[in-house]
Amino acid sequence: MNTGIVSYGAYIPRYRIKVEEIARVWGDDADSLSSGLMVHEKSVPDIDEDAATIAVEASRAALIRGGLDAGRIGAVYTGSESHPYAVKPTSTIVAEAVGATPDLTAADFEFACKAGTAAVQACMGLVASGYIDLGLAIGADVSQGAPGDALEYTAAAGGVAFLIGSKDSEMVAVIEDTYSFSTDTPDFWRREGMPYPEHGGRFTGEPGYFKHVTKAAEGLMKKMDTYPKEYDYAVFHQPNGKFPTRVAKMLGFSREQIKPGLVVPRLGNTYSGSCLMGIAATLDQAEPGDRIFATAFGSGAGADAFSFRVTDRIEEVRNRVQTVEEMLEDPIYIDYAIYAKHKDKLKRA
Amino acid sequence: MRDVAIIGIKNTKFGEMWDNSFRDIFVEAGVGSLEDAGVSGEEIDGLYVGNMSGGQFVEQEHIGALIADYSGLAKNLHVPSTRLEAACASGGLALRQAIFGVASGYQDIVVAAGVEKMTDVSSSVASAALAAASDREWEGIMGATFPGLYAMIARMHMHMYGTTSEQMAEVAVKNHSNGFMNPISQYRRKITVEDVLNSIMVADPLHILDCSPITDGASSLVLAPADVAHKYTDTPVYIRASAQASDTISLHDRRDITTLDATVAAAKRAYEMANLGPSDIDIVELHDCFTIAEICAIEDLGFVEKGEGGRFTEDGETAIGGKIPVNTSGGLKSCGHPVGATGIKQAVEIVHQLRGEAGKRQIQGANVGLTHNVGGSGATAVVHILSRER
Amino acid sequence: MSVPRFWRKQIQRYNLIGTHCRNCNEHFYPPRNMCPTCRRDGDIESYKFTGNGEIVSFTVIRAAAEGFEHQTPYVLAIVKLDEGARLTTQIVCNDLSQIHMGMRVRPVFRKLGDGGEKGMIYYGTKFVPVKPLKHD
Repeated sequence: MNTGIVSYGAYIPRYRIKVEEIARVWGDDADSLSSGLMVHEKSVPDIDEDAATIAVEASRAALIRGGLDAGRIGAVYTGSESHPYAVKPTSTIVAEAVGATPDLTAADFEFACKAGTAAVQACMGLVASGYIDLGLAIGADVSQGAPGDALEYTAAAGGVAFLIGSKDSEMVAVIEDTYSFSTDTPDFWRREGMPYPEHGGRFTGEPGYFKHVTKAAEGLMKKMDTYPKEYDYAVFHQPNGKFPTRVAKMLGFSREQIKPGLVVPRLGNTYSGSCLMGIAATLDQAEPGDRIFATAFGSGAGADAFSFRVTDRIEEVRNRVQTVEEMLEDPIYIDYAIYAKHKDKLKRA
Repeated sequence: MRDVAIIGIKNTKFGEMWDNSFRDIFVEAGVGSLEDAGVSGEEIDGLYVGNMSGGQFVEQEHIGALIADYSGLAKNLHVPSTRLEAACASGGLALRQAIFGVASGYQDIVVAAGVEKMTDVSSSVASAALAAASDREWEGIMGATFPGLYAMIARMHMHMYGTTSEQMAEVAVKNHSNGFMNPISQYRRKITVEDVLNSIMVADPLHILDCSPITDGASSLVLAPADVAHKYTDTPVYIRASAQASDTISLHDRRDITTLDATVAAAKRAYEMANLGPSDIDIVELHDCFTIAEICAIEDLGFVEKGEGGRFTEDGETAIGGKIPVNTSGGLKSCGHPVGATGIKQAVEIVHQLRGEAGKRQIQGANVGLTHNVGGSGATAVVHILSRER
Repeated sequence: MSVPRFWRKQIQRYNLIGTHCRNCNEHFYPPRNMCPTCRRDGDIESYKFTGNGEIVSFTVIRAAAEGFEHQTPYVLAIVKLDEGARLTTQIVCNDLSQIHMGMRVRPVFRKLGDGGEKGMIYYGTKFVPVKPLKHD
């Protein structure tokens, strides 16, 4: 049975902080950081936003875009590395807030930045097997970077929800196939109870990101017998602008193919939302019949590759809610002090 | 139904009373009122005590029994003692309940008191306790505070009637001027309109000097059947009317947020009961928990047309010497607002005035006075009319 | 607020579900189980509000309620929903000078507060100024 994306919704908080503002606080060279990372600013959650509120807003947008009844949702899986609770599912909050409860299954996923695509794959299985009608797969994060750490320049907030179904007439994009590559590679982690993640510095590059993304991407193209030039667009996990640009080149994709989905320069890394945000931004622009290649990466480590074919329905639903570009266009810039307040970095009484 | 008279009164000092406990202050007020009336403990048939939140302010419930005990009325005399609660209108309720006791004939000599000890907790705990007078589940949970709720009333009043921040400030200036002359006042300090407007903003458009303070204090009255009042005092003050009304607990559900319909209804009932109208009232103690509240109240009690309260105040008509002197005690604003005691303190001030013993703030020839006590943002209103004549 | 007390009306808070009296056609949010007009003659049903509404009155809270200290300044407002019900809520807006009476607003899902750092997180509905979509 075919599976596909029957709708999608994104949510990006309105606040942004510029790389140069963070660099000002720590005495770093903003220009070299910005050009090196290919990130100019990142999104910041409002004081009352977290991964759950972002997941809810993205999911509601997906339901409105698809014109779908929430009662059809049989599974809610939320991927995040910043679930508000260590124990207590984000997904039940989402399910209740979109009106999908109680006839469904729900659980939270965590796999660094690829928890969202892992949720997509889980929904594909349940939908394809006929166990459920629609699955809601979400990647949402208010990612944490320790003050002064390199991650602070990119750790952003945002989320994307995909509704996965099996009715051909409802799909905006058919999922042609998926393939994953996973190993135990400790390139990035956060221990239980710790506020900020630790990372392996340059170790996150070659043995982490590049190895897993290329293996998963090549594996899927080999499995499907497809080639980069057969795709109109490509999206790779974007912890910064440099990595996806380089990996695209390594795999034989062009800058034009990755351009619509490369949202990181103006958004930062939305972790579990990152690759899904790139796919959403690409769907916002794609034409019926276009093919999209996507590979998400999660530290720890693994990569999920997907091949999508866009259907005629995209044009009907695309503009029913805000596009990723529209959310990126509407920033409110804040300074580091307000950023610290929003991120609850100030010790309270 | 029997006519009822007030034969004894007492206020403690109002303010931050660090050396005095909850039980110290109510004993002082209660005993003071009995001494004023010349009544012995054996004569007392009942105690009624207004107290909003002993549970939150001093972690003490069962207030009625505690008061009877420490007033020496429990162990041997076993005097019944009842606590009344309607948030900031608790005192008004206690007076009303005491009137019922005497008027019905069930009781003869009763004490109607009010007490609140608010400074034993931090101001944030005190604010949270006060916020419980709003709808905790649908106002409080959204971050509503009492200044916030009254600020929304003020903004609407400004929008609908052109009331200004300066006019609201005039309420505070007038009440501080009156409170300056009242020895029990928490703030015996005159202020100016500029002081109010330059004070910090609490909830736009209300400044800190638009708000009544957090106060410790107790007040007490002794009531008796009117027929025997002269046995105790040469200057009894008679209860001409006691009325109470309810409205929605939440501000958002009101018909019109600039009108306290509970005040309008209670006033109408009180005027009918006394067979008097607003023009017959010589002096008013009303519930100025915020400056805008006084402006709304003088309108809702019928002293001025709706929307004219700001101008009326600005013109000095509510000051001593004006058409209708309001809050000669200094009101909640300057005299202080120990929430459970306020409704009783208002009656104490009216009795002072009607007895002609209000000193520098005396209104010459005051014959009929009105008290107005509000709970929450207007869900409860209690109005009493007191007079030198039966 | 205790966990069960919040949880009991949680779905109503998340999704702006109130009630409606079929007898007099009045809508209620917060939900009421008895119509204040029809009382026992009323006929109450659950009703999901569209969420569109306008600001009746508002204030900027600068001295916060307990538990809201880290949020100051925040906008408290009475919002009238298009069906007629009025509720107390917060308006999420960066530019406080733009808030005005009559301003059109729409609902958003936000954290309302929590029971301390160990306690439950309370979610619910706040409102934001309506901004027309570019494609309308």
